[in-house]
Amino acid sequence: CQLFGYVGIEAVLDQMKIKTMKTGFEFNIMVVGQSGLGKSTMVNTLFKSKVSRKASQPGQEERIPKTVQLQSVTHVIEEKGVKMKLTVTDTPGFGDQINNENCWDPIIKYINEQYERYLREEILITRKRKIPDTRVHGCVYFIPPTGHWLRPLDLEFMQRLSKIVNVVPVIAKADTLTLEERAEFKQRIQEDLKTHAISVYPQEDFDQDPDDRALNDRIREEIPFAVVGADQEHQVNGKRVLGRKTKWGIIEVENPAHCEFPLLRDLLIRSHLQDLKDITHNVHYESYRVRRLNES
Amino acid sequence: QNDGYRTLSLSGHVGFGSLPDQLVKKSTKQGFCFNILCIGETGCGKSTLINSLFNTNFDDPASMHFLPSVRLRAQTYELQESNVLLKLTIVNTVGFGDQINKEDSYQPIVDYIDAQFEAYLQEELKIKRSLFSYHDTRIHVCLYFISPTGHSLKTLDLLTMKSLDSKVNIIPIIGKADSISKTELQKFKNKIMSELASNGIQIYHFPTDDETVSKINTIMNGHLPFAVVGSTEEVKIGNKTVRARQYPWGIVQVENENHCDFVKLREMLICTNMEDLREQTHARHYELYRRCRLEEMGFRDIGPENKPVSLQEAYEAKRHEFYLEMQRKEEEMRQQFVQRVKEKEVMLKEAEQQIQTKFEHRMLMHQEVKLKLERKKKALEDEIAMFIEKKANAELLQSQASVSTPVVSLKRDKDRK
Repeated sequence: CQLFGYVGIEAVLDQMKIKTMKTGFEFNIMVVGQSGLGKSTMVNTLFKSKVSRKASQPGQEERIPKTVQLQSVTHVIEEKGVKMKLTVTDTPGFGDQINNENCWDPIIKYINEQYERYLREEILITRKRKIPDTRVHGCVYFIPPTGHWLRPLDLEFMQRLSKIVNVVPVIAKADTLTLEERAEFKQRIQEDLKTHAISVYPQEDFDQDPDDRALNDRIREEIPFAVVGADQEHQVNGKRVLGRKTKWGIIEVENPAHCEFPLLRDLLIRSHLQDLKDITHNVHYESYRVRRLNES
Repeated sequence: QNDGYRTLSLSGHVGFGSLPDQLVKKSTKQGFCFNILCIGETGCGKSTLINSLFNTNFDDPASMHFLPSVRLRAQTYELQESNVLLKLTIVNTVGFGDQINKEDSYQPIVDYIDAQFEAYLQEELKIKRSLFSYHDTRIHVCLYFISPTGHSLKTLDLLTMKSLDSKVNIIPIIGKADSISKTELQKFKNKIMSELASNGIQIYHFPTDDETVSKINTIMNGHLPFAVVGSTEEVKIGNKTVRARQYPWGIVQVENENHCDFVKLREMLICTNMEDLREQTHARHYELYRRCRLEEMGFRDIGPENKPVSLQEAYEAKRHEFYLEMQRKEEEMRQQFVQRVKEKEVMLKEAEQQIQTKFEHRMLMHQEVKLKLERKKKALEDEIAMFIEKKANAELLQSQASVSTPVVSLKRDKDRK
């Protein structure tokens, strides 16, 4: 039908914004990778605050645990009136043992447990107005910067987990690779992922319209992002920037010419955060639910 | 509000302040659904008001007064304003208040609202479901049109609103309000509100908990029920053309706040509270319906030993029960079938026996008769044989006698001569 004049339907957008700002957001991210790849530093850089405690701080005698343990830490952060409850799940011990068989099992179990918790709340007769969401919305997988190919552990893990959660692979500590090595490494990784039919985020199957597809295609070309994390500021050209100071120069974390951290941050937070949550809720959670209700 | 979690302070710009925008962008792409139910007597101005509210011409033919029962007619339209796509469904009650006996007038309405909840519940309970692409048909707001009598609410109004107030957001409206004068109007409004309160009818109150809208919502709550006038015609006033109704004694302008509350209604319904109406429908009315329905179906949250029972286990138990019931029924039917077959077999056997005996009896009779006939035949043959013998003897005697008597006959002949 044609509208002959102004009605005010678009005011519903503002109403929605106000409502969501009041209720706040939840975001749960998991970081997986061997110890020493810079996971905690990366999370701290992403959220510009001391979200995770680093294992390499002096005075901390934290040994590498004998099995994979999962540690979740929840904080509340606020920006521009938007409140976010951020939960970061770390996986110390992953890939650190001599025999790493089935080291992904505790992680899969944890992810499924969160789905189970949500399912139980959802099928109650008297259910809460807002079901607490502890489901993992994104899993950042840290690939060591060998420069060669994906290792069997990487392939096994990503194959299994990309079926139940959004996996975002990144090349950790990318400041050990030159730009050419980086490009070749990425190429090989992309081929490996394709050969083994591993669909990482953003998955091709869930592109909703041509605009989405175009945007996500550009992102898919650059996956995995080569990132460097830093939480110390240094003086460069009169500005204070986050970076790593070495004898041969300062690596600026937020400089797109130095590393791809800005791309990762934009993907995870600025443009696709809601999309990560939606795919977790509409796709991964639903398929868990189908499996669960079918198996009994 | 922070549930005991530490608040961290950010040392720089992270960027998740754009989250509401991301969410809004997604919702805009999906589009919005809004469903309005208009209840009111035939001719109270429902369609005209809806046309005026949405500033368009929905093709809705006027209905007659002679319908035997209340029916609901739903029509869905797609409206677009800038980049917002709205799927608007208008449900009209056709024939409401027209019958002589209005006892069951409200039942079809209640059934319709329940049916929409039921459809959503069924989708939600499915194993393979697609909730995010589901076309939500649940009624978000009910505009109840009160006749502008100027006195009070009718019994039908009270009855209908009472049966609907826990199922849907009700906004009462005085239709065709240009027939009431200003002083009468205020008295009428007060009477209506006090009647609603004394009958315990819970109408929708605009939310006052959010500072951005609480002030205006509180003011508007005081203006309920809205006295509205709708019009599909435009009248030229000064150098503007506005929606209005032209009378010999003046022009009633629809969008003039001094003339009627139309602008207030549009503000409240669309510009300020559309999202809240949708949320109340989902979080309060639908949840209530769901709870009642699931309890009706026999599900519980707490099991017999006061331990929490998951819906899934209850579902399982029910499914198992159902399966056993089916099995039992199947067994029963099978037994019945076997029984019937046996009976039939026995019957057939009996019949077979009967026929067999009859046959044998007949055979016996046949034998007897045959025997009899043979005897008779034999007797007759014997007779024939004797007869032939006698005949032969007689002929013999006769031939002997004729040889000795021919002279006699000659003599006789001579004598005659």
